[in-house]
Amino acid sequence: MTASTIIFYLLAAITLGSALLAVTTRQIFRAAIFLLFTLIGIAGFYFWLQYEFIAAVQIVVYVGGIVVLIIFSIFLTQQSGEEMPKPKWGRTLFAALAAFCGFALILTQILLHPFAATSDTVTEASVSNIGKQLLDIDQNGMALPFEVISILLLAAMIGCIVIAMRQPDENKTLNDA
Amino acid sequence: MPGLYHILFISTALFFIGVYGFFTRRNLITMLMSTELILNSVNLNFIAFNKYLWPGKLDGVFFTIFIIAIAAAEAAVAIAIIINLYRSHKSIDVEKAEEMKY
Repeated sequence: MTASTIIFYLLAAITLGSALLAVTTRQIFRAAIFLLFTLIGIAGFYFWLQYEFIAAVQIVVYVGGIVVLIIFSIFLTQQSGEEMPKPKWGRTLFAALAAFCGFALILTQILLHPFAATSDTVTEASVSNIGKQLLDIDQNGMALPFEVISILLLAAMIGCIVIAMRQPDENKTLNDA
Repeated sequence: MPGLYHILFISTALFFIGVYGFFTRRNLITMLMSTELILNSVNLNFIAFNKYLWPGKLDGVFFTIFIIAIAAAEAAVAIAIIINLYRSHKSIDVEKAEEMKY
């Protein structure tokens, strides 16, 4: 039992445990905090696999961005201390059944499939390698998807502003209420 | 030493925990959280395959970066829609927003 193995099982316990709590707890604010721990656990897996850049991106974008956005929207839309109503008994049962059957099916397929490594050469996932290939316009370059993602982010930004903008005629009724 | 199968087990479990949350929750913000769990399990898969099966290439890393970017855009748009829905319905429960159902 090496240190690496112990760290792996520790990360697995943190990730899966807080993920389970995030989908079952009835206080929405606690769910957001458990989601935070799940995302940090996944960043830990990226560190464990020695993909440091992806781990940093995961922490910056998910933990620093999306979770904060979710917590803000919880504060804007409802009382954070209020408990959510219990889901119906039948729905819980069938959701658990569907999730378990899917899990069993996928897991048997994974365990039956012999995965074979394709090459022995190792390209280090350093920032300079990632940056060079991401902005390359040769046949292995990723410049076109990169630009598509840029356009998507721009469209999402404009879309967010337009959707969340307060309508001028609505303004009066909201101030009255 | 844990290998590829261990990580695939964890990402599969995470995916179906997300699916379970998506089925049981009726609150839009918690459903969004379940979606984030599902997207994260896919990211973990891409990184594990890149590490153990295609160590000579970086394609899994790029897919992960793109999925993270798309997830961020998706979360921002979803939260704009949720806030707008809260303004018009005073609730973010999916059962209460059913004008377009029938």
